[in-house]
Amino acid sequence: MEAIYKTPKTLIDTPTHYCPGCGHGIVQRLIAEIIDEMDIRGKTIGLAPVGCAVLAYNYLDIDMCEAAHGRPPSVATGIKRVHPEKIVFSYQGDGDLAAIGTAEIIHTANRGENITVIFVNNAVYGMTNGQMAPTTLINQKTLTTPHGRSEKNDGYPLRVCEILSVIDGSRFIARTSITSPKNIIKTKQLLEKGFKTQIQEKGFSLIEILSPCPVYWRMSSVESLKFIDKEMSTTFPLGIFKDWESRN
Amino acid sequence: MTSTEKNKKYLLTGNEACAEAAIQAGCRFYYGYPITPQNEILTHMAIRMPQVGGTFIQVESELAAINMVYGSAAAGARTMTSSSGPGISLKQEGISYLAGSELPCVIVNIQRGGPGLGDISPSQADYFQAVKGGGHGDYHTIVLAPGSVQETADLVFDAFDLADCYRNPVMILSDAQLGQMMEPVVFNKKCKPNLYKKDWALTGADGRKRNIIKSFYPVKGELEKFNAKLQKKYRQIKAEEVRYEEINIENADIVIVAYGTCARICKEFLKKGQSLNVKVGLIRPITLWPFPADIIQKVSERVQAILTVEMSAGQMVEDVRLSVSGRCPVHFYGRTGGGIPTPKEILKKISEIVSVREKVTCTT
Repeated sequence: MEAIYKTPKTLIDTPTHYCPGCGHGIVQRLIAEIIDEMDIRGKTIGLAPVGCAVLAYNYLDIDMCEAAHGRPPSVATGIKRVHPEKIVFSYQGDGDLAAIGTAEIIHTANRGENITVIFVNNAVYGMTNGQMAPTTLINQKTLTTPHGRSEKNDGYPLRVCEILSVIDGSRFIARTSITSPKNIIKTKQLLEKGFKTQIQEKGFSLIEILSPCPVYWRMSSVESLKFIDKEMSTTFPLGIFKDWESRN
Repeated sequence: MTSTEKNKKYLLTGNEACAEAAIQAGCRFYYGYPITPQNEILTHMAIRMPQVGGTFIQVESELAAINMVYGSAAAGARTMTSSSGPGISLKQEGISYLAGSELPCVIVNIQRGGPGLGDISPSQADYFQAVKGGGHGDYHTIVLAPGSVQETADLVFDAFDLADCYRNPVMILSDAQLGQMMEPVVFNKKCKPNLYKKDWALTGADGRKRNIIKSFYPVKGELEKFNAKLQKKYRQIKAEEVRYEEINIENADIVIVAYGTCARICKEFLKKGQSLNVKVGLIRPITLWPFPADIIQKVSERVQAILTVEMSAGQMVEDVRLSVSGRCPVHFYGRTGGGIPTPKEILKKISEIVSVREKVTCTT
């Protein structure tokens, strides 16, 4: 009998270090599926961030590189300029990309660097046990916002796609989530589009994925998915913010 | 300048010679941010890199520059960045990562006065930062200190070879004086970018096992093992790569230790200062790390005193004292904040050392 749903070749068969209900495993599996389907394993180079996903190279069987906190877009730039024919992607969390690495992501987009950024937004610093992230929602409780994020003290959740969409160098900017099979399929299509943007040398692409962190949200997995659909998606509306293929 | 011919003399600033030597040495990826007194490096790279099919990016920050260097080094290319004090401080996190990931690259520091914004005049006050690590963790960069425009060019070639040989960042520690002044320079060193096979580099895992570039070792014991490997490499560098110049040290009563601009001034002093009753020699470290400790130890066994001259409040003098270990008195003369020692000041200091020594001799 032929298996019709199997482990992608690019996904390494090993126990996961991610917490129960975490979204990283889903996203990394999607990346592995796309690499297999596009047959680009031998020419893809990935960047792992500081944060929960630093060990992404334990799961993806491709050439990979760590980067200092916030710096994956710069490291990716350095790699891509040496190997313009290779496919280079950075995988980043919200603290990495939208706090300590804000300058790097904006200027990498502004240079129109031909790389793909996969931005996993779970509104919290997971690896350090759940502090406020730049994308933490107003009133959301974290270790460093024990009474909830206050706009007066902590400012507002940063909308990265909206910011990047007004930068001339951006070519494909989209936000998606992984709360249902339908959304996971949609996410895969958007990731494919990101890789296609790069392969066709159209320039900078970023796909933001709203992803659950049940452990540090102090919620069950099911509650986490509902939180994304009802709360997070209100602050961070899903959709395509910039697309080189559309006339707008 | 559109190209260089072998053995032809060019009149260039130290900064231009540094940039051109990097190109001649096969560097095709340069990332930089404007800061005085090293701006001529960026300007030269902006003109020359497109001519040789290379990449020049004026970056948004020193952090971006050093991390692009990290990326290009990981991808297997010869790559360089340059800056001065404040910018080099910003790069330190990246330099620690480069050392921790064993990535070869060249970093140029055209030193200016500090601390803080300081000023733009010559200084040697970044010595500690350069030779003791600078960033976090137990690591070393190889540090080369040129004493002329020609030597700046020559050491840039060597820096790329050393970086590739040891998979380690190499720093050129120069200063505003050497960077800004013009001297004749010949580019006659060989470009050897393929001297060492980079089978560890990220090129896409086509038909081979994947490569991973990292400095994260979360499993107990792994990091200690990795550090032991780094220390073994550093011991090998210490054993094989020490470089210095010596002048008149055989019969010297007093030996001066100075590098870079200060060594040039001390050479002037040696030429003029022979009216003294003491014989003075000079040791000029060319590698600041690894430090030429053995030769300094050797001379300390027979000279009456050692004098260290620096454009700092006294940094290299600590390594000199460690090398001497009390075998002879170690004196220091330094100027800070853009002050440059003059041969006259050095003569005065030597006279002081001699008169103190004579007094001591008389009373005993």
